Amino acid sequence: MKLKTLTLAASTTAILAGPAAAELVFPSLDYRTGPYAAGGIPFADGYADYFTLLNERDGGIGGVPARVLACETGYNTERGVECYESTKGEGALVYQPLSTGITYQLIPKATADDIPIHSMGYGRTSAANGEVFSHVFNYPANYWQAASGIVNHMLEENGGDMSGKRIALVYHNSAFGKEPIRTLNELGALHGFELLELAVDHPGQEQRSQWLEIRRQRPDYVIMWGWGVMNQVAIQEAANIRFPMNNFYGVWWSGSENDVLPAGAGADGYRSVTFHGVGDDYPVFDDIQQYVVDAGLAAGAGDQVGTVLYNRGLYAAMLAAEAARTAQEIHGTAEITPAMMRDGMEALEITEERMAELGLPGFGPEFAVSCADHGGPGNSAIAEWDADTETWSLISDFTAPDNDVIEPLIMEDSLAYAAENNLPETRCE
Amino acid sequence: MLYREAGDFKTSYVDDSQTFPIAFDRRGYYGLIAVIFLVLPFLVTDYTVNAILLPFLIFSIAALGLNILTGYCGQVSLGTGGFMAVGAYSTYKLMTAFPDFNIFFIVIISGLITAVVGLLFGLPSLRIKGFYLAVATLAAQFFLVWMFNKVSWFYNYSASGQITAPERTIFGQPITGPQTEPWVAYLFCLVFVFALAWLTRNLTRGRIGRSWMAIRDMDIAAEIIGVNPLRTKLSAFAISSFFIGISGSLFFAVYLGAAEVGEAFGIQKSFLVLFMIIIGGLGSVFGSFAGAAFMVLLPVFLKLFFVDTLGWPTDIAAHINFIVAGGLIVLFLIVEPHGLAALWRTVKEKLRLWPFPH
Repeated sequence: MKLKTLTLAASTTAILAGPAAAELVFPSLDYRTGPYAAGGIPFADGYADYFTLLNERDGGIGGVPARVLACETGYNTERGVECYESTKGEGALVYQPLSTGITYQLIPKATADDIPIHSMGYGRTSAANGEVFSHVFNYPANYWQAASGIVNHMLEENGGDMSGKRIALVYHNSAFGKEPIRTLNELGALHGFELLELAVDHPGQEQRSQWLEIRRQRPDYVIMWGWGVMNQVAIQEAANIRFPMNNFYGVWWSGSENDVLPAGAGADGYRSVTFHGVGDDYPVFDDIQQYVVDAGLAAGAGDQVGTVLYNRGLYAAMLAAEAARTAQEIHGTAEITPAMMRDGMEALEITEERMAELGLPGFGPEFAVSCADHGGPGNSAIAEWDADTETWSLISDFTAPDNDVIEPLIMEDSLAYAAENNLPETRCE
Repeated sequence: MLYREAGDFKTSYVDDSQTFPIAFDRRGYYGLIAVIFLVLPFLVTDYTVNAILLPFLIFSIAALGLNILTGYCGQVSLGTGGFMAVGAYSTYKLMTAFPDFNIFFIVIISGLITAVVGLLFGLPSLRIKGFYLAVATLAAQFFLVWMFNKVSWFYNYSASGQITAPERTIFGQPITGPQTEPWVAYLFCLVFVFALAWLTRNLTRGRIGRSWMAIRDMDIAAEIIGVNPLRTKLSAFAISSFFIGISGSLFFAVYLGAAEVGEAFGIQKSFLVLFMIIIGGLGSVFGSFAGAAFMVLLPVFLKLFFVDTLGWPTDIAAHINFIVAGGLIVLFLIVEPHGLAALWRTVKEKLRLWPFPH
């Protein structure tokens, strides 16, 4: 008995004393519970599975195994702080908060602690200005570019003329949902369309009045900036009022299977903007099947492989792993620190050739991050939902957004942040 | 044995009416104060402050505030989250408008602004009571959140509606912003908690507190014996909102650093603080602390236990967390409907006689 207690105590101290072997720690601030779990689960699965794949197939990154440190936030900012504080001491290399609110909170904290943040396609859009935000990255695309991407697609369908058109924006009444408003207003002034703003309060189950308004106003297009349960409700409501689904566009957080499946055939033709490929028709998925799923190592229930948000989690993990590899090359050491990881992210270059090597040919845009540009090109494509086959497919190529409109907005917002926080407006040479 | 009263004679009224009439209690209290002010600041780490101590201290202030209104004066309020938002946004506007103004005074002024707002929303309490008043304060909650979301002036016209606390210092030490040392943030909040708890204790045993309790216990009778209901109810609303405003201000500026009104100050905050005082004990200073500790620390400790010690999957742990916390709340309220403070009182009664049965 006594011996047992002793060994137990010894093993516990060994666990608590931390890992003896080197490892690369990637915290995953995920949420598998709460009103946004439907979106949180596939993303977290994809993020974890890719690192599992690297460990099983390649023995980690540069020979050092990766460890995903999961912490449940429930999309709640206070839990997010707790998660950040409890994981940062473990050598966390990069944070993916997966919540715009938590990202806003971590920006100053992580910058002070010299740990990079990657808010891929969410968070604070103006963090694309690396001159002000040294530790925050939101490549390859951000919300304002998404808004522009949607408008560009509409322009294409209307032969380049949007004058006199009316667009309704149904948005989650939070920081995340308000992001596109300013951009859409600017673009409206430029192209001559009118914007109707319709806010939906958290969690978004109650949208009758908004859709009644849409029925009354009869806008030509509806754009949705939603997340979690709000998306399903909106698509169902749109189907109920027989709004033409081809004129209904969602942001990339409103374009997963969870959002369209509940509406059944009524969701056919619904569109969403995306910055990465859809489906599981990429070579990497064979490896995932072989090394992760069949080996019984899949995260979660293992039933999300190939879904839109799973792919996004996978993509985030791929970019993180590539940045870590870049950091290892720059600093000539396999065991990198968060500060080195930041350098790796700033020097990250994703080429088509590299993506093909990784088994993800054509999965996302080619881009190179630089000190001044943390945002990437913002290329996006439009995906359309086919209710019969229950698949998303891309109906356009990846095209560049109207960065001439977005650039000044990013500068304005980031310089305002710099002024409020007494930060230098330029830090790059 | 432990809890002796023998030989502890009181020879003046002042001695007899002190907060801790028993020497053992009093020494324990002074010891605790010494430890939290003089020893703990040297021991705290980033994690203990940001994940455990700050939320506990800040919610203690909110619980004290709501306890003044609901526990002592009997006016049920569901507007706590909204009033915390008033404190937070006042702080943000003052911080960005007057960068050189000391943060300590900004927090206090935010409390005063919230007191005025609370006074306004307290006006209906003169005509309606109980359940109806709860609904009226609920309206305050929704209105305030809507207003901070709608009017861009409150968040300085930023694109997203998020507010972020810029760095401010006291004696050259950053209090807000990312460079804050954990012990500084801890001490800053502790000073407020200590001062406000001391204020609560002394308000509630004086004339003002007695008139609150008279209104709570039977407002008609109180009015007949000369308690002015207008002044009493409104003073409870104002002082309670002052506390809650300070807690909201610290919550945003020192603890979170950035906030968004719908997420940080929604209706769930109002319920959280209400549960704190119900579980802790209505009309008790100790109860406010006990309730805040229970509601804030229990989830964190459960998470540490299940995830970090046992290595369970995070989602299972989160669900178990709900079950355990909910179960404990039900259990505590069955065992002691008057909250943890009453439980503590019972324990003390038992200790006074221990080891004798009666």
